[in-house]
Amino acid sequence: MSETAEHADHHIDVKQFHPRAQAAIHNPKIRKNFRSAMDGLMAKRKAAFEGWDLETLRDLGANVRLRALANLPDLLEQLENKLTENGIKVHWAVDGDEACRIVRDICKARDAITVIKGKSMVSEEMELNHYLEEQGIEALESDLGEYIVQLAGETPSHIIMPAIHKNTGEISKLLHEKTGTDLSNDVEYLTASARQQLREKFMNADVGVSGVNFAVAETGTLCLVENEGNGRMTTTVPPCHIAVTGIEKVVPGMEDVSALLALLTRSATGQHITTYFNMISGPRKAEELDGPEEVHLVLVDNGRSSIYQDDELLDTLRCIRCGACMNHCPVYTRVGGHAYGTTYPGPIGKILMPHLIGLDEGRHLPSASSLCGACGEVCPVKIPIPDLLVRLRQESVDGDRLHPAKVRGHGAKRSAMEAMIWKGWAWMHASPGVYRFGTGVASKLRALQPASAGAWTNYRTAPKLAAKTLHQRMKERGQ
Amino acid sequence: MSARETILQRLRNRTGGELTVPECDFSVLERPDWSTTERVERFEKMIESVHGEVHHCTEDSWMDRLAEVLATRGARNLLVAKAHEIGQSLRSADRNDLPELLIYDEPIESWQAHLFNEVDVSITSTRGGIAETGSLILWPTVDEPRLMSLVAPVHIAILKASELYTTFHEAMKAQNWAAGMPTNALLISGPSKTADIEQTLAYGVHGPKELIVLMIE
Amino acid sequence: MVDPIKVYPSKPAKVYFYGTCLVDLLYPDAGIAGVELLEREGIEVLFPRNQTCCGQPAYTSGYHDQARSVARAQLDLFPGDWPIVVPSGSCGGMMRKHYPALFKDTTDEVKAAEVAGRVWELTDFLLNVCHIKLEDLGEPTTVAMHTSCSARREMGVAEVGPKLLGQLKKVNLVEQIRPEECCGFGGTFAIRHPEISGAMVSEKVDTLVEAGAKQFVTTDCGCLMNIAGYAEKNQKPLEGQHILSFLWARTRGKGGQQS
Repeated sequence: MSETAEHADHHIDVKQFHPRAQAAIHNPKIRKNFRSAMDGLMAKRKAAFEGWDLETLRDLGANVRLRALANLPDLLEQLENKLTENGIKVHWAVDGDEACRIVRDICKARDAITVIKGKSMVSEEMELNHYLEEQGIEALESDLGEYIVQLAGETPSHIIMPAIHKNTGEISKLLHEKTGTDLSNDVEYLTASARQQLREKFMNADVGVSGVNFAVAETGTLCLVENEGNGRMTTTVPPCHIAVTGIEKVVPGMEDVSALLALLTRSATGQHITTYFNMISGPRKAEELDGPEEVHLVLVDNGRSSIYQDDELLDTLRCIRCGACMNHCPVYTRVGGHAYGTTYPGPIGKILMPHLIGLDEGRHLPSASSLCGACGEVCPVKIPIPDLLVRLRQESVDGDRLHPAKVRGHGAKRSAMEAMIWKGWAWMHASPGVYRFGTGVASKLRALQPASAGAWTNYRTAPKLAAKTLHQRMKERGQ
Repeated sequence: MSARETILQRLRNRTGGELTVPECDFSVLERPDWSTTERVERFEKMIESVHGEVHHCTEDSWMDRLAEVLATRGARNLLVAKAHEIGQSLRSADRNDLPELLIYDEPIESWQAHLFNEVDVSITSTRGGIAETGSLILWPTVDEPRLMSLVAPVHIAILKASELYTTFHEAMKAQNWAAGMPTNALLISGPSKTADIEQTLAYGVHGPKELIVLMIE
Repeated sequence: MVDPIKVYPSKPAKVYFYGTCLVDLLYPDAGIAGVELLEREGIEVLFPRNQTCCGQPAYTSGYHDQARSVARAQLDLFPGDWPIVVPSGSCGGMMRKHYPALFKDTTDEVKAAEVAGRVWELTDFLLNVCHIKLEDLGEPTTVAMHTSCSARREMGVAEVGPKLLGQLKKVNLVEQIRPEECCGFGGTFAIRHPEISGAMVSEKVDTLVEAGAKQFVTTDCGCLMNIAGYAEKNQKPLEGQHILSFLWARTRGKGGQQS
């Protein structure tokens, strides 16, 4: 347990969402960076689906994911068997800490001291880099965005574009300070110098760690989607490759992959396909000339099997991590990814993180939404994100006696005062006579209405009560 | 109890009970049966939109085009396969307009630094292509190892127009991928790129800066 | 989230009018305008006296017990077989989309589903059930339209407002950039996260003004009080109206049986 506590002590306090969000809103640079990036991504996604029957395609995406989830334990076993047959070693981890220890043990067994990493959100969930550093193992990110974020000592602010909060000038300054690259606003130059630095690292790394986009049970294949080639380097050059993934990433066959791939890249960045679609089904064979001699897969649960228990919450596990929900989220666009203080920001973070960190810790997440529905509208696998937000709001205040809350840390947001207000509100609105009397009196006394109404009037004038209610006017009309 | 058993047991003893398995209708992925010409056009349009280059040639002319491509880039060398007919014919052609030919016939460990630092261009075969997305299908082999398409600044791929499929879904079915996959398989759709610095596209971040397709028609 | 296929009923002799609490207290003119428009179409309007609120504020705040008790009080208001029309995408969405879930596994399950199936957003009903034809009697003007998120995504009526406004010959409809983006109201969201909501509404007002509109119309009173309230407080040259008030004001006195 001491290991766990130590591991967790540099967590950002998720509960401090408000001050971080407020700071972001008053930061013109953050506002501009995210607005222009999200506008671009929304436009590209739209263009990429032109000519498609998108609703039918999204239905297929949803069904493919639901079918996989319906058979999840069987598929995981099939995947394990097939991968083992192919020479890939499979490990299981109940939580992030166990997954970290598995990675460490593999590294130690090889006397590995340097790890190069491809992009992996699950490894962010595990806080693997931090853990490995503590164990004396260097873990270096190789995705350019992740590399930049790591050099800055930050966390990703977007699951697909980790360094989207930074502009070229800031990145140039950072690279200059940390790696000695000349100051320049030439993106080609900055990219080329990162290529040079990282090539050395790829050649010398003892282990490569990557994520997985889809794990195919039928053939025992790990699929990775990327543009840079760092994923291929990570999984090909070092003598040992460790892939880490959530248990929900398994799909029955390659055909399922063809559907999800069509949705994933178009939803994420508006690309018809990424530069590389890398399918790994085994370590290097004796006669082969390159590729890792060892390949491992770490299947990480970390709260997913709890989500799996409930029919409604289960939909959270459909997610294929495209980021379209955050690209289209008006809240995310205003506050950026860091405000959330969570591994996964934006709408998917709001419905996923409470399961990973507890609804007490993540109590502000479900409410930080206007429920506008843009996320659900673009989700390639039709996760009903707004409905799940409402469900978690209910759980955070224990608000439904018919459906007792299930998520760890539920009820943490309930206050006696607020509960009392809603009870009073419900009594009035479930009693038509009381309602008519109350609203009638309010209209008569509208001259006494205060001009200030809390936070509302910091930005707006107070709404003005009408002289007569609709009820009164309809009565006058004899209706 | 092991983590494996704990996880599988939790999944199997789901409190919500058995889940219904939905039907999956993949027909939305299908496209009308394009002609080879249409597939070639679409492929070219798509791969050029992501900075790839297509040169049309024939069984007889591809080596001339290759020589031109290499000459304009001032390539010092070209990495070729040992056994594949592409490598074979290049080596036996004995042309003086080609740069030095390198062969990937030793384990990477013995010449990694050379491959990473000294090789200018590599050429590989493909296992067909996908018109809809402008993708090349590569199944690296002992003869054409994985890094051949990744490390050099320029990657040249030979694609037969007759081996173009319309969609990934079609290609995967036609080649019966379900029956088994090689240790590594790839779809490559353009040169390596990133937009991680302020959404500005830059090519060749880790892999090749240029992807050139010699389309044999 | 939107119904895959919406099956509109044929034009009925009567409808139930569900006014909503915001219209009742703050914008009764919009409610009366809706009633007048329906009556001009020859439809008798039934106004259940015991209506209060659809329950949405408690529902989206997570207080489902309270939402259910208020919603239950609404279920008995519509004994006849007539459609229920609502001058709000948001309250309409609550009744049509969320009542079935709210009453699932209760004795009111069947009734809730039955009521939900009869709920229509009023402008949608005017256009697609009444096939209303509007004759513009107003002076030339320029407006922008803000369709609420629930009207757009839960009730699927994004096309309706612009089509109705398009029937008005002297109304120049301009479109703001990002018309589909939320104005930042979101019910209690505006109170729980005031800075974020404030940032959203300020951009919404800017885009409406930049589009060249001095006035905007909207399907929902929440958006109306948010956007117009922000414009007023910050002295932006923008006024707002419920779309029903606007449509009635521009066409009143024509072809009606009453009024």
